Amino acid sequence: MNVRIPTPLRSYTARAALVTAEGTTVGEVLADLDRQFPGLGFRVVDEQGRLRPHMKVFVNDEVTRDLSTGVTDTDVVTLMQALSGG
Amino acid sequence: MGSSTGPVLLIGTRKGVFVCTGDGARSSWTLRGPMFLGHIARHVMLDPRDGRRMLLGVSTGHLGPTMFHSDDLGATWTESTRPPAFRADDDLGRSLKSVFWLTPGHADEPGAWYAGGSPQGLFRSEDGGATWDPLDGWNDHPMWATWAEWPEQNTPDGSMLHSINVDPRDAAHMYIGLSSGGVFETTDAGNSWRPLNAGCEASFQPDPDIEFGHDPHCVRLHPRSPDRLYQQNHCGIYRMDRSDARWVRIGDNMPTDVGDIGFPIELHPRDPDTAWVFPMDGTDVWPRTSPDGRPAVYVTRDAGATWTRCDSGLPAPAWFTVKRQAMTVDNAPEIGVYFGTTGGEVWASTDEGATWRRIASHLPEIYSVEHADPHPSLR
Repeated sequence: MNVRIPTPLRSYTARAALVTAEGTTVGEVLADLDRQFPGLGFRVVDEQGRLRPHMKVFVNDEVTRDLSTGVTDTDVVTLMQALSGG
Repeated sequence: MGSSTGPVLLIGTRKGVFVCTGDGARSSWTLRGPMFLGHIARHVMLDPRDGRRMLLGVSTGHLGPTMFHSDDLGATWTESTRPPAFRADDDLGRSLKSVFWLTPGHADEPGAWYAGGSPQGLFRSEDGGATWDPLDGWNDHPMWATWAEWPEQNTPDGSMLHSINVDPRDAAHMYIGLSSGGVFETTDAGNSWRPLNAGCEASFQPDPDIEFGHDPHCVRLHPRSPDRLYQQNHCGIYRMDRSDARWVRIGDNMPTDVGDIGFPIELHPRDPDTAWVFPMDGTDVWPRTSPDGRPAVYVTRDAGATWTRCDSGLPAPAWFTVKRQAMTVDNAPEIGVYFGTTGGEVWASTDEGATWRRIASHLPEIYSVEHADPHPSLR
């Protein structure tokens, strides 16, 4: 499936804004991204498997913080950060 | 890299990393950077054992923390393949928010580094910062949650582990500081720990004479006299000589209208009786600016018995703050003293504090300034 990468994470994807990843859940997709782009995963998900507080994941148009949310190959996963602070 | 033989200052800021290099006379300075623009750089440190490996702890407002290392003074960087983190099955559910403090390991352990975090985890690398492991003896100590005041109390900058000091005589002997929590000591490489706060005040606690719960801001061990420790605490300036293992408030000898509150304390690398501090206003709501808006460094040359004001060349009035890692000294015959401000300026004295001049300005808020002595091949 296609995964849209926000600008703060594009240092891991050779500046690519759109990449592909595999998985049947959001968590599996993030794990596959980390395999492809080492280091990306820990910037998004903490060591206890929790999405970091200022990160958001959209599956198509639906936002989720539940990494067990199911996805299919035709979905588009969008990673996004809640810009805040100065 | 250029051909300078002068000091190199590594500057960590709220918006990235800068390197400020002096000429041999320390009269001309050049600034390089920013590197990692927009990243929060809490601490940048060059390994004094080889003069090559430089470590950097970064985070951003959104992304988790990570570490980078460089062997060419920041021209190129490599990210840690396993950055500091608590264990995945952590009973307390802790996750690391930032790497706050870096300390190279003992001279007999090349490649060893320690990192202190927020929350107050301790982490060790044995490969020059490429990979990190939690130091379980500290992080999983049965008293950790009590000592570290867990769950976090959400102080403005978060709880933090800092002031990792390794005894140059014994790699297994270390001190750490917790803000808050106090000073703690291990003599077995971190497997067991004990509080070391006797004599230190904790005026913000119901019982000011407690065993732990103190707020050390910066603790320094003298490299040539490792039984001597200095501490800039929330409640004053202290010295400890290990023969009596009790902190003595040497800040009582500061002028009463200035007080002895502050964050950094720096030691003369050769003279264990000389230390520099940067007093701040700890009255009322704790402005953390210089008392009366008149910035000054104070130096003692007799282990805290007397203090001398050093403000020649410093601006007044001025309302900046100097954070605990933002003061450093070089190792020249006449010591250079440097500090960075929350207003993005770096000030230098090449006469041990007597006179000051600004060597960098218009930087982001400065979190850390560390003197580095690069290998000659990197100059």
